[in-house]
Amino acid sequence: MQSHILSIILFTPLVGALILLFVPKENKDAIRWIANIFALGGFLISLPLVPMFWALRFEPGFKFLEGTANNWIPSIGAGYNLGIDGISFLLIMLTTLLGWISILSSWTAIEIRVKEYYVWFLVLQTGMLGVFMALDFFLFFVFWEAMLVPMYLLIGIWGGPNKLYAAIKFFLYTLLGSVLMLLGILFLYFHHHTVTGVFTFHIPALYQTAPLIPFHYAIWLFVAFFIGFAIKVPMFPFHTWLPDAHVEAPTAGSVILAGVLLKMGTYGFVRFSLPFFPQVLTSPATFLNVTIRGWVIGLSLVGIIYGALVSLMQKDMKKLVAYSSVSHLGFCTLGIFVLVPLGLAGSVLQQVNHGISTGALFLIVGILYERRHTREIAEYGGISNVMPLYATITMIMFLSSMGLPGLNGFIGEVTILQGTFAANWRWAVWAAPGIVLAAAYLLWLYQRVFFGTVTNPKNEKLHDLTPREILTFVPLIVMALWIGVYPKPFFQILEQPVNQIVQTIHDKSSANAPVAPVPAPQAAAVVGPKAVGPKIIGPKAAGTNSTVPKASN
Amino acid sequence: MFFLDHIWLIPLFPAFGAAMMFFFGRRLQKATVNAICVGAVVVAFLFACFTVVEYTHFAHGTGRPLEKIVYTWLGGNGHLNFLKKDGTTASFNADAGFLLDPLSSIWLLFVTGVGMLIHIYSVGYMAHEGGYYRFFGYMNLFMFSMLTLILANNYMLLFVGWEGVGLCSYLLIGFYFHRKSATDAANKAFIVNRIGDAGFILGALTLSWYLGSFRFTDINALAHSGHFAIGDPVLTIAALLLFVGACGKSAQLPLYVWLPDAMEGPTPVSALIHAATMVTAGVYMVARSNAVFVLAPTAMKTVAIIGALTAVFAASIGLVQNDIKRVLAYSTVSQLGYMFLALGVGAFAAGVFHVFTHAFFKALLFLGAGSVIHAMSGEQDMRNMGDLRGRIPTTYKTMLIATLAIAGIPPLAGFFSKDEILWQAYRSAYGSFPYLWLIGFGTALMTAFYMARLIFLTFYGQPRMSHEVEHHIHESPKSMTGPLVVLAIGSVCAGWLGVPASLGGTNAFGKFLEPVFAQETAASVAPTAPQEPAGEEHRGLEWMLMVLSVVAAVVGGGWAYGYYANAGKGYTEPIAVQAPPLYTALYNKWFVDEAYDYAFTGRRKIGDVRLGAMGAGEASSWFDAKIIDGAVNDVGWVTRAVATLSKWWDKWIIDGPLVNGPAILCRFPLSPIARLFEWGLVQWYALVMVAGLLGFGVYYVWK
Repeated sequence: MQSHILSIILFTPLVGALILLFVPKENKDAIRWIANIFALGGFLISLPLVPMFWALRFEPGFKFLEGTANNWIPSIGAGYNLGIDGISFLLIMLTTLLGWISILSSWTAIEIRVKEYYVWFLVLQTGMLGVFMALDFFLFFVFWEAMLVPMYLLIGIWGGPNKLYAAIKFFLYTLLGSVLMLLGILFLYFHHHTVTGVFTFHIPALYQTAPLIPFHYAIWLFVAFFIGFAIKVPMFPFHTWLPDAHVEAPTAGSVILAGVLLKMGTYGFVRFSLPFFPQVLTSPATFLNVTIRGWVIGLSLVGIIYGALVSLMQKDMKKLVAYSSVSHLGFCTLGIFVLVPLGLAGSVLQQVNHGISTGALFLIVGILYERRHTREIAEYGGISNVMPLYATITMIMFLSSMGLPGLNGFIGEVTILQGTFAANWRWAVWAAPGIVLAAAYLLWLYQRVFFGTVTNPKNEKLHDLTPREILTFVPLIVMALWIGVYPKPFFQILEQPVNQIVQTIHDKSSANAPVAPVPAPQAAAVVGPKAVGPKIIGPKAAGTNSTVPKASN
Repeated sequence: MFFLDHIWLIPLFPAFGAAMMFFFGRRLQKATVNAICVGAVVVAFLFACFTVVEYTHFAHGTGRPLEKIVYTWLGGNGHLNFLKKDGTTASFNADAGFLLDPLSSIWLLFVTGVGMLIHIYSVGYMAHEGGYYRFFGYMNLFMFSMLTLILANNYMLLFVGWEGVGLCSYLLIGFYFHRKSATDAANKAFIVNRIGDAGFILGALTLSWYLGSFRFTDINALAHSGHFAIGDPVLTIAALLLFVGACGKSAQLPLYVWLPDAMEGPTPVSALIHAATMVTAGVYMVARSNAVFVLAPTAMKTVAIIGALTAVFAASIGLVQNDIKRVLAYSTVSQLGYMFLALGVGAFAAGVFHVFTHAFFKALLFLGAGSVIHAMSGEQDMRNMGDLRGRIPTTYKTMLIATLAIAGIPPLAGFFSKDEILWQAYRSAYGSFPYLWLIGFGTALMTAFYMARLIFLTFYGQPRMSHEVEHHIHESPKSMTGPLVVLAIGSVCAGWLGVPASLGGTNAFGKFLEPVFAQETAASVAPTAPQEPAGEEHRGLEWMLMVLSVVAAVVGGGWAYGYYANAGKGYTEPIAVQAPPLYTALYNKWFVDEAYDYAFTGRRKIGDVRLGAMGAGEASSWFDAKIIDGAVNDVGWVTRAVATLSKWWDKWIIDGPLVNGPAILCRFPLSPIARLFEWGLVQWYALVMVAGLLGFGVYYVWK
């Protein structure tokens, strides 16, 4: 049983989707009930993973491994391999929770094509879980692309007035990144073959060979992966699909988009960019006088401040929240690329936090939208008079989002900042205005929507939250408080993987360094005795001619 | 040791009250709300008293801190490490841990004590207001945050309280959320505080990065270890950053602007949060960090100068304000300036002493003002008051006592604490700063003037209110006057705890605090301050300064008497008569709010140009829509253009001349010709064959 828990979690939503196919589409309530049962079931079934994982939290490496390498399509070396560490564990739990909440929140919001909606949502759920579980690059890419289609349809069919533009923009933009990533994956795949003589997409195997790629190739690979993930995150300046997609997507789509889909990008950085390309990240080589890592950090810092500034001036609530995501995700990428275990731990925790608070913010906007069918801030005012409970919950989630200590956002931010200090204190100073601006745009929004008297007659009759709506917020508030007050378990879960990743980076980059000065023949031997015969990359993998001058710059 | 072991319960009592209000408040009767919320604070106060008593037994005059760690808050199993500045690793860790030492004992006592009185007062004051449970829930949440702040054993937990009090301040300033001005003020308070908070958090992280811990005891021990030279640049930066935080929370230049506006909240809030407790958090934090500050003379000097400038600046504005609460608000800013002046010259104990005495008389002044406003049916403008002394006698008497106390008339509380500060500024362990003393002295003069002005305009002169209001004037209920009387007793007696040696006292207050500050002075002052400051030979000088400041108080009060004691309708402001431009500047608060709106928030435009955050926001939004998203859409446009061209090329070139062209060619000129060969008529084929044969025959024959 234990060995298949990941598969069970992974495919529960898909089973629900398949069952839904056999329910007549006129029977809307039955469809809703089945979808909700499977969504809640998907969450409940993931709960046993918590104690199971907790017992293994200090064990190194991936846990709950499923499948042997290359067992799926042996001829090309693709395998059905699942496995998780603390980082993917947290993101999986976030996904199952948010998946349930999103589906629950759609009950009254979706009235057309109900059956298709829930089918696609459940498919999406499986796609996202697969991305976090896959230990095979082929499988990973299948899930990565598989979740693109349902999201495209969710925006394109159930979205707002400008939905087609947004859906196509979302699809094409992220597809562009995916293609670049695919090229990168194939390079790694063939390079692995060159070095070891084995064709495989097995990620742990690629971990061993990818850092051996010489710098002048690795830099391009890094860029390819970087663009793929940066679009997904999204990092400044690749972010403009996000506000459109968010604004047009149905509420539940926005929740999942912000809560989970964006984490695919940051997860990709953590899982692939860091361990695959230590030689690039620690390289002193510069572009326009800034190191590669410096560029990434710079974009993160710009994103933090820029996203907050653009947020400040938005007139559409959803767009405001969307841009705030750019700012928050800037903190996450900053934490990743400072290459300090603490920053990395803070970043993953902040990804979870962002899923909780921004997910809740989209639910909050959705609740007003469902009642009034507008997201214009100017249409509202004095809402706390008519919806006091809603106003209270909104205040709590706003505070969580702006990083009030005692709630979750603060824990992530301060951990990232402390990690950043260890790398370069100036970066932390640049991130600080984001903290101030977050308070500014959220409180100003709150004032305009909730305070004052009801001036718009359309708002006078709004009813407060229904029990179902309250239920969607309760788990998020509980999580926000838990992480804020007692984050220790989360830190414990993250300790092992983040230390391991950072350790790998330092080992690999320092292992490469002594190789470089060694004369060519011996260096070739280090790469591996299997690297004989005609090779594409092999001779240069020895890192004799090209890497030496660059490494010692 | 029961109370010391359970010190963590103290903040939890009010937290429980706040939680009850959150979940059930709406359904509760007012009496139940009172029982829970006021009860929680009373219990916290009693618990705090017992705790401090136990602590004095525990410490035995040594002042050794008591730490009680409840659980690890930030950090995992100790494997989350980071590199310190010196390259060694440190573990990321902050506990939910509590620290009790003389410094936090003092804060603990007066925060719970004054808090309790203000809660009792609020029962009467808020009796007819809507949102009763909400008010008390916020107040209890505030008590929780404040107690967390002062009992925390590390910077991070302190920050929980630090931002928590900021949040409660925001919620309570915006308590009347229907009023735009109230919610504007609430936002302003939170956001300005956030600027300070960003400084604070950077400062705390700098310390942790440099010293490897957030814990006060660790940091103090390291600071005393002698490893760090006086003037250490990193410690200086850390101290300055922490002071940025203090400027926000304690309303110092240039971040003081939120406090006067905070008077939009209900008056008990002004008393509790914006006068007696929360705004002293900055003073507490700097005093708590004294070991670091002492190693950073530049930071100390900055603190002293900012404090002195704030004191005189705010006092000058207070001279001409007409709103009774605003006068008190500027007075608070000004008094906080005194406290920082004391900290900055190294007289930590004197600063803390002034916090302590100030809590009594400033809370009393605000509650008294609340009682006046209550009597005046909500009127806050002193121009419409006058001659109230006989009509609300208890309020009048208690406020008079507070005024004498703040003006520095002996032997009331303010006299001892303020004179200690002025004396220390003149000649402290860290050197002599006569110019700071002079600023402080001038401020004392102004303080006496504006406070006396407040008393005369409110309680003396001719009644200037409307008849209807006059008809309703009544003394406040017992639940309101009771706390006034208790605070008045405190305003008289609190200073006696710190009677200086020069007046034959023992300065018990300073002695109690000595262990918190003394080691530092011993360890680090030696090179800079060779002489023992308050020796016998200076006693004459000290007495002279005391007499001078009492004279200043009397003169200031006397001036105000001359101008305002008989103020009737249409009385004139002396400054407006003698220096109209100065009056305009003072009345408009030196136009600082306007300047900030132009430069920092961007709420006002200079011509067509918007600067500040909103200007940057507008520019970024434009850039985002036009440039970045424009580029994305341009890529889409180019792709479509290329596609259109390709389509044209495909249709008119590839498919046209190249594919259909040959086809058309075949169809017209080629096909009819070709068709001649493929007619399908067998006779015709035979004819052609015969003709061909004939042709060949003729050819061969004729050849």
